[in-house]
Amino acid sequence: MTGVAGVKPGTRGRLRPVWEEEPTKAGLASKGVVLVLICLAVLFPLWVVVVTSLSSVKTITEAGGLVVIPRGVTFIAYQELLGGGQVTRATLVSICVTVVGTLFSMTVSIMCAYGLSRPGSVLHRPLLLTMLATMFFGAGLIPTYLVVQGLGLTDSYLALILPSALNVFNILVLRAFFMSTAQELIESARIDGAGDVRILWQIVMPLSRAVIAVITLFYAVGYWSAWFNASIYISDPKMLPLQNVMNQLVLKQERPTGLAQVINTGHLSPLAIQMAVMVLALIPVAVLSPFVQKHFKEGMLTGAVKG
Amino acid sequence: MSLSTEGRRARKASAPPAEKGTTVTGEPPVTGKVPLRHRLRRDRTLILMTLPAILLLLVFAYVPLVGNVVAFQDYDPYIADNAFQAILNSPWVGFEWFEQMVNDRLFWSALGNTLTIFLLQLTLFFPVPILLALFINSFVRPRVRAVAQAILYLPHFFSWVLVITVFQQMFGGAGLIAQTLREHGHEGFDLMTDPGLFKFLLTFEMIWKDAGWGVIVFLAALASVSPELYEASAMDGANRWRRMWHVTLPALRPVVALLLVLQVGNALTVGFEQILLQRTAVGPGASEVLDTYVWNVGITYGGFSYAAAVGIVKGIFGLLLVLGANKVAHLMGEQGVYKK
Repeated sequence: MTGVAGVKPGTRGRLRPVWEEEPTKAGLASKGVVLVLICLAVLFPLWVVVVTSLSSVKTITEAGGLVVIPRGVTFIAYQELLGGGQVTRATLVSICVTVVGTLFSMTVSIMCAYGLSRPGSVLHRPLLLTMLATMFFGAGLIPTYLVVQGLGLTDSYLALILPSALNVFNILVLRAFFMSTAQELIESARIDGAGDVRILWQIVMPLSRAVIAVITLFYAVGYWSAWFNASIYISDPKMLPLQNVMNQLVLKQERPTGLAQVINTGHLSPLAIQMAVMVLALIPVAVLSPFVQKHFKEGMLTGAVKG
Repeated sequence: MSLSTEGRRARKASAPPAEKGTTVTGEPPVTGKVPLRHRLRRDRTLILMTLPAILLLLVFAYVPLVGNVVAFQDYDPYIADNAFQAILNSPWVGFEWFEQMVNDRLFWSALGNTLTIFLLQLTLFFPVPILLALFINSFVRPRVRAVAQAILYLPHFFSWVLVITVFQQMFGGAGLIAQTLREHGHEGFDLMTDPGLFKFLLTFEMIWKDAGWGVIVFLAALASVSPELYEASAMDGANRWRRMWHVTLPALRPVVALLLVLQVGNALTVGFEQILLQRTAVGPGASEVLDTYVWNVGITYGGFSYAAAVGIVKGIFGLLLVLGANKVAHLMGEQGVYKK
């Protein structure tokens, strides 16, 4: 937010630097309109989805499909979806995979980033190179698939976690932050007799809370949004995560199993069901990301200039 | 022109804060006198800590690299219970699959689609974050900027399934626009199943999802420009457009170069998941790219060896593209992905 920099002291409340021309009223207004339009382009579709998911069959029929202006809120779609059955299962699978996967990824990443962050430690160069090299080549889809199959991971939740558990880029971001945390603190802790585990846990990690929050979000969003691994490694429909089920319900227009009756009797619009599944998929992301938002910049930049 | 070179020199002198993280590394302290045995003992916790990650990378990045040998085999998954066993027992065929690939019309069509989509992304998607960043940067109120950024970052965190579903509901045959058009007596339309517009649809979806996110890097670059440069050029009589031309744009140059290099390096990897989700709607003729071709031939039809061969060719050309693009960046006097 250094747009404010350059403001002369004593010009309190004046955000524009003194040498800059005052914008015209018309210019300012048109810029405002454009900004609002851009933001609406993002928010409007989400609004429609949320409103339709909360609408009754009657409202949806009157609107001729998607609903823009809400009339009479009902949670029937969510009640049906979360009252047991396919979507409830898929939501639970997604939540579990996301929580377990994120914890696993973060533990391994933080340990690895710290292990590689102490300059001058033995083997730190070759280990780092082993990691960096994987950023330049991808092994390819087919051999990766064969390896996962060969390890016997197909049709197990591990196939949703292990192959994509690590993001080298994220580890580099963490490492860069760990290296920039006060070396004097670490040295003095070491002199006081603290081991590496203790230094990491009690000094480095508390000092790196911001970046840890960002990377946790990145990993969590990765797991929550993933559908491809499930689509090739999982054949049991009961094990599919939410994204895959949403794909079936909305893009392939399939009816959710167990809900056909409610829909056929006209109590529930299939459209509301589809929209409700979409809301389920977008809620956690939309709720969590604003909290971490203010740290994005540091996270992105440290990663962009990798060493 | 003189202003811009001065600007660049000034920026070099006051290193941007962004690079701080890496420059603090410091050279390793003198360790020459401590015997390796002792150093191993001293650092054993550190090494142990990295092992789980290294192990994962070995299994899921390096072993598959070796697994690419199936491209030189006639891999038969049913020859043994286990994929590893099957690789050991499958017969070798040399470069047969690669020869077949050169004569494969579908392969060339997929390559053509890939390159077309890449060019569309380069021309239509790439400039958008830069323009957006300049636009947001022109607002002086921190509150306005923060709210705009919060909204624009959001779609980046949505899954492709969700993004495409949202587009389906807006632009699909039963979507909101078609619905509104029909209400007013027009014919409905369906953007989602039109093969002719498919490549533009992809780019459009990408802009909606990621343009806002791309803004971050450019905003940071803009924030690190010294305000004195603006002030000095304003003193010299430069109006706001000339200041943008001589101060702001030169400041963005290194970031733009870096991102261009990355983009060109990824030229053969265009929106795999995004396209995979939509290919049935428009048919493979318009939508098949190298990645989806590998997926289709390999995973759907079990042609593992041929698909692996396509994957290898794609990988090699991708690597060459990164190195080449980086070389060009160096020649242009920019830093690129890695230093010389």
